[in-house]
Amino acid sequence: MANLATDFIGIRSPNPFWLASAPPTDKEYNVRRAYEAGWGGVVWKTLGTDPPVVNVNGPRYGVMYAGDRQVMALNNIELITDRPLDVNLREIKAVKRDWPDRALVISLMVPCDEESWKEILHRIEDTGADGVELNFGCPHGMAERGMGSAVGQVPEYIEMVTRWVKQHSRMPCIVKLTPNVTDIRPAAEAARRGGADAVSLINTVNSITGVNLDTFSPEPSIDGKGTHGGLCGPAVKPIALHMVAEIARNPATVGLPISGIGGVTTWRDAAEFLALGAGNVQACTVAMTYGFKVVQELISGLSQYLDEKGIDSVGDLVGRATPNVTDWQYLNLNYVTKAVIDQDLCIKCGRCYAACEDTSHQAISMSADRVFEVMDDECVACNICVNVCPVEDCITMVELEKGTVDPRTGLVVGDYANWTTHPNNPSAREAAE
Amino acid sequence: MSSHRTPGIAAGRLPDQTLAQNFADYPPPLDAHEAAVAADRCYFCHDAPCITACPTEIDIPMFIRQISTGTADAAAMTIWDQNILGGMCARVCPVEQLCEGACVREAAEGKPVEIGRLQRYATDHAMDRGQPYTRAAPTGHRIAVVGAGPSGLAAAHRLARHGHDVTIFDARPKAGGLNEYGIATYKTTQDFARREVEWLLDIGGITVEAGKALGRDISLDGLRADFDAVFLGMGLAGVNALRASGEAHEGVMDAVDFIAALRQAPDRAQVAIGRDVVVIGGGMTAVDAAVQARLLGAENVTMVYRRSRDRMSASQHEQDHATTTGVKIITNAMPKAVHGNGQVSEIEFEYTAEGPDGLRGTGETFSLRADQVFKAIGQMIEGVPEGLRLEGGKIVVDDNRRTSLPGVWAGGDCATGGEDLTVTAVAHGRDAAEDIHRMLAARAG
Ligand SMILES: Cc1cc2nc3c(=O)[nH]c(=O)nc-3n(C[C@H](O)[C@H](O)[C@H](O)COP(=O)(O)OP(=O)(O)OC[C@H]3O[C@@H](n4cnc5c(N)ncnc54)[C@H](O)[C@@H]3O)c2cc1C
Ligand SMILES: Cc1cc2nc3c(=O)[nH]c(=O)nc-3n(C[C@H](O)[C@H](O)[C@H](O)COP(=O)(O)O)c2cc1C
Ligand code: SF4
Repeated sequence: MANLATDFIGIRSPNPFWLASAPPTDKEYNVRRAYEAGWGGVVWKTLGTDPPVVNVNGPRYGVMYAGDRQVMALNNIELITDRPLDVNLREIKAVKRDWPDRALVISLMVPCDEESWKEILHRIEDTGADGVELNFGCPHGMAERGMGSAVGQVPEYIEMVTRWVKQHSRMPCIVKLTPNVTDIRPAAEAARRGGADAVSLINTVNSITGVNLDTFSPEPSIDGKGTHGGLCGPAVKPIALHMVAEIARNPATVGLPISGIGGVTTWRDAAEFLALGAGNVQACTVAMTYGFKVVQELISGLSQYLDEKGIDSVGDLVGRATPNVTDWQYLNLNYVTKAVIDQDLCIKCGRCYAACEDTSHQAISMSADRVFEVMDDECVACNICVNVCPVEDCITMVELEKGTVDPRTGLVVGDYANWTTHPNNPSAREAAE
Repeated sequence: MSSHRTPGIAAGRLPDQTLAQNFADYPPPLDAHEAAVAADRCYFCHDAPCITACPTEIDIPMFIRQISTGTADAAAMTIWDQNILGGMCARVCPVEQLCEGACVREAAEGKPVEIGRLQRYATDHAMDRGQPYTRAAPTGHRIAVVGAGPSGLAAAHRLARHGHDVTIFDARPKAGGLNEYGIATYKTTQDFARREVEWLLDIGGITVEAGKALGRDISLDGLRADFDAVFLGMGLAGVNALRASGEAHEGVMDAVDFIAALRQAPDRAQVAIGRDVVVIGGGMTAVDAAVQARLLGAENVTMVYRRSRDRMSASQHEQDHATTTGVKIITNAMPKAVHGNGQVSEIEFEYTAEGPDGLRGTGETFSLRADQVFKAIGQMIEGVPEGLRLEGGKIVVDDNRRTSLPGVWAGGDCATGGEDLTVTAVAHGRDAAEDIHRMLAARAG
């Protein structure tokens, strides 16, 4: 059996699955049951200064569904903890005492001045918590007060606050980043310069989930008005994966530990974050959708996967995919594939045909009796037929062997060659001249 | 070659191909795509009603989620941790009365998640990889199990896992109990019962002594003296009598014997069946005998039950299966006399009515032509060793499945608690094993 235990910046947990700072981790009652269910760690719901913030008293979540009301994304306008600081601190201390083998990290967000940070770090010192996470991410409510993503969007502030925290505390420090930026790398670089031990990402993405077409209020509606909230859940995973990969391969942040967050729903999502360079993962929406117990699938699935792959520990999976993330111009233009439809699996829905015929390269033929076939001399291997086919593995991409002729271009499939040296590339021509 | 209409009792009423079709897997297994679509429908309910409805309390939402995420092996472990015969149960459980009956999508859409077939998908997939459990360090304790049916096998496996050595004694030549001799042929095709027993025994530490009957070759006193604990899981070996005249005619037999012979027949074309078959009873055994008589090519098969339709212990689903197979069901009629000249030719019934003092004949009678009469009016316990307290024809056990005799546990059909189902027997065997293990550990510690 593979070893799921992880040591993330010196914080040990029996598995790499932590609950992200959010309602699932906002009180002792929840965190105890999360540990009992098997979660390896939690990041406590973000603490702030007293008096606590107040939340809206109408709906704070919006939703985006796939068919059959499967939750694809949640959006929230919740603020940081709305309970008094000393209550949270007392509870944190009690839980950590009873669960020494589980990770417990405290998320923090206080006004952007050194005194406030010094003060809160002092207050949490004797809770026994394993580390702190600086919430530079919340995109709503707190940002308007100069906190959360208002800090996370300005690399200088990130660096400054991180430095204060490292100065006034010996705890391992994770900086939680906001995805509401055009390029995630400066934020991560700033965290590293400030002395962060790790970054975690992503926090939620600015969004409006919908509009009520009777009242014309954005959802969730508070007395007829709505505001942008933070999106999370399966739908944001691609954004998060990209950002994790960028930090993992950026020379200025290579080796900076990453806690991957955003849409982790199954063991597979978690494994993908790990492979791209995250040292562990955090999740929130999956627990909010299905309850704490869902962690058992993450555990059993990752174990089975690691065993099947002959990978002994989570650490050995971390970063396996990072070297394969590259820039477009280095992709092999001599890698030629063709879509192939398995006629035995095909249920003849015709979706591949509609997609290719109307929106791609008219490379699928349709017979009178609904046989769909790919024409190799037209197929550009765009993949849309594979993507829209309702039957898994019915349409697959098959690579043309080196030395064969691509019937579409009439060219022989050759060795690796990319855009930088392609004759159509003006800069490649210049370089050659 | 004979046909539907060949008079009397004859073999080979149907061409081989039709027979093969008739006895093919029912319902058929799900392929990967079907399983993915079926699994997608599970809501992962909290404290799920399906779990509560399963006598072995399998974590159904969890195993379905594991199928969804492409880890059928992990799904199978979730199943086997609770029910080591999850493969057989996936095939034979009356799911419409158990897990699927409780599914919230049954309430929402009248169409439950196909839990049974998904369970089969996971276990079939993972069984190919061999026995997944290993044994704890040997404890030196020896436990006797009587009966290699589902209860005995479940007990033996759990005990072996805990490091105990187990000897199973069974009167029959093959292990498996009714999984091997009773369950309808189309529910357990391709010799599944035997393969599952072999897979289960692969854990090691279990010796099967076939052909050894309690009361004939071994005694309970002897077992209690030789072993640290005894588990009785010998099912219901006896069959109730008809109490109608002429029962001794040729062609009148116990349904369970007909079913066992069919299950054991190397070639179904050699199994003789009447043109007119009458099955007496209203339970699962009656349905299985009637349906399989039809599948063998009997022209007219009639099930006759003495009470009303809603009192039948066969589920609605099973009744529907019988009628769609072409079985005619007559209710509120009881057998009065079997007629014939050595060989049965006709059976006479009297209609019944429920009165204040129970069931009584109305005086009105009718007769059915019959080349064969299968009696399926209930099995009963047989040869219970002395000293065991009985109640309603079952060995009385407490919540830990302990009998009235110290060191003796009992479960499955022969003991009190729950319905007579494969899954209930597995739960009993497992729970008894845990209690035996706790008792032995306490004694050792
Ligand atoms: C025809 C038929 C069809 C059925 N179909 C279904 C179904 O579809 N689904 C379902 O859930 N349930 C079904 N059942 C019920 C189910 O088979 C039983 O509830 C289950 O097998 C009980 O398990 P058990 O371990 O208690 O006993 P059994 O399976 O009866 O096993 C008892 C074992 O003990 C052995 N034995 C008996 N006496 C002695 C002795 N004196 N010494 C040594 N060994 C002895 C027997 O040979 C047998 O191997 C069916 C039953 C019948 C009869
Ligand atoms: C209702 C809600 C409240 C949240 N509150 C916080 C918070 O207080 N601090 C924080 O750092 N992140 C907060 N988050 C963001 C989550 O920690 C996490 O980064 C985000 O939900 C993405 O992960 P997911 O896709 O697994 O849900 C919150 C998310 C939700 C849904
Ligand atoms: S989940 Fe429903 S019942 Fe519970 S607090 Fe939210 S709105 Fe109220």
